[in-house]
Amino acid sequence: MRRSLPLGIYRPGSTIWHRIPAGPKLGLVVLASIAVVALRGPWPCVAALGVALGISLWARVPPQVVWRGLRPFLLVVAILGAFQWWQRGWPVAVEVVATTVALVVVATTFTATTPTDRLLDAIVRGLGPFRRIGVRPEKVALAFSLMITAIPAIFEIAHETREAAKARGLERSVRANLSPMAIRTVAHAYETGAALHARGIGDD
Amino acid sequence: MAGISFDDVTVTAEAAGGDVVILRHVSAELTERRVALIGGNGSGKSTLARLINGLVSASSGVVTVDGLDVSDEGPAVRRRVGFVFTQPAAQLVMPTVAEDIALSLRRLVPDKHERQQRVLSILDSYGLAHLAATSVHALSGGQQQLLALAGVLATEPSIVVADEPTTLLDLRNSVIVADRLFALEQQLVLVTHDLDLALRCERVLVIEDGAIAFDGEPAAAVDHYRRSVATP
Repeated sequence: MRRSLPLGIYRPGSTIWHRIPAGPKLGLVVLASIAVVALRGPWPCVAALGVALGISLWARVPPQVVWRGLRPFLLVVAILGAFQWWQRGWPVAVEVVATTVALVVVATTFTATTPTDRLLDAIVRGLGPFRRIGVRPEKVALAFSLMITAIPAIFEIAHETREAAKARGLERSVRANLSPMAIRTVAHAYETGAALHARGIGDD
Repeated sequence: MAGISFDDVTVTAEAAGGDVVILRHVSAELTERRVALIGGNGSGKSTLARLINGLVSASSGVVTVDGLDVSDEGPAVRRRVGFVFTQPAAQLVMPTVAEDIALSLRRLVPDKHERQQRVLSILDSYGLAHLAATSVHALSGGQQQLLALAGVLATEPSIVVADEPTTLLDLRNSVIVADRLFALEQQLVLVTHDLDLALRCERVLVIEDGAIAFDGEPAAAVDHYRRSVATP
């Protein structure tokens, strides 16, 4: 059994966030993400994080699910925050950390309240008018959902690679950690492609 | 013409020291309902199976399925041929159990409500309905392989190719998956190291060093394979 990130995992429910159709909800997420990134100053960004957490509670996404979604990003966020503090001072560090965490919370809430199947339908519908200029909405939708699915899979590969390096006493070796991870990530992409190919998905 | 046909098929792969021959001049007509491919690791049996739905392309020769040339009519062939991989996790591409089945049904069932009903019905028939909202990564190996099989069969193929589908499973799950496969109405091409499974088929091909070393009755084929392994 593999461990998994909650990102991409739909949790059935009946809140308003579950009932909003996938297309408008995706639009809201895009707009909210742009707004959060455009915010300046530490306190507006902290407020945006508070709102994001509030919405996740409103959508009845369990706090432990939000936490599990955030946990893999914490090291990167901590390094990013420390670097910004050192280079540009604490207000910028707080701004960057709060913005990044808010975006992860929004993404986790969105995927927890939206079945991927509905998301695919929404993207196909939304991109329908672009068929005449050669856009294949089904393929764009599939790529989008695969991207969501790939994030937990890549984190899992990273975890397994770290464990394997540790088992050989090479936990501090950058090469022993990164090379196998890169190769396995490419292999995972190849296997996913083969699985889609075998099911005839993407042939239409 | 119904069934699978290999006509003088050779498969080569590029390697550092020059091309490597994986299959050499293979010819066979597979029309039986249950066909097994057995042989050692690296013998070419998985490559032979992957030729059937175009996952691997022939370097020379022709592969046809129900008269359709795999290299020219790949999408039409893949609609007829379902493929089950050894590693179940690799073929589950959606986040949750229900969504993975729904992905398979998108082409056949455009209406989302009808699709949802069909998903639940399929999961129910595989005893997976209670796991509909579960992450595919949280399933046991046996549940993953059952889900993978359900996802393949949801596309209503006329042929199922299974590449060592029980190799990574424990005995209990391996029996469950094997029984599911042998209960199918579709033609089954089974790549396996499990000689008991091979004996349940109507015809067995022994693949050795990229060629068909024996083709015939299961008992005789398994006997041939055992003797060839025992010979130094």
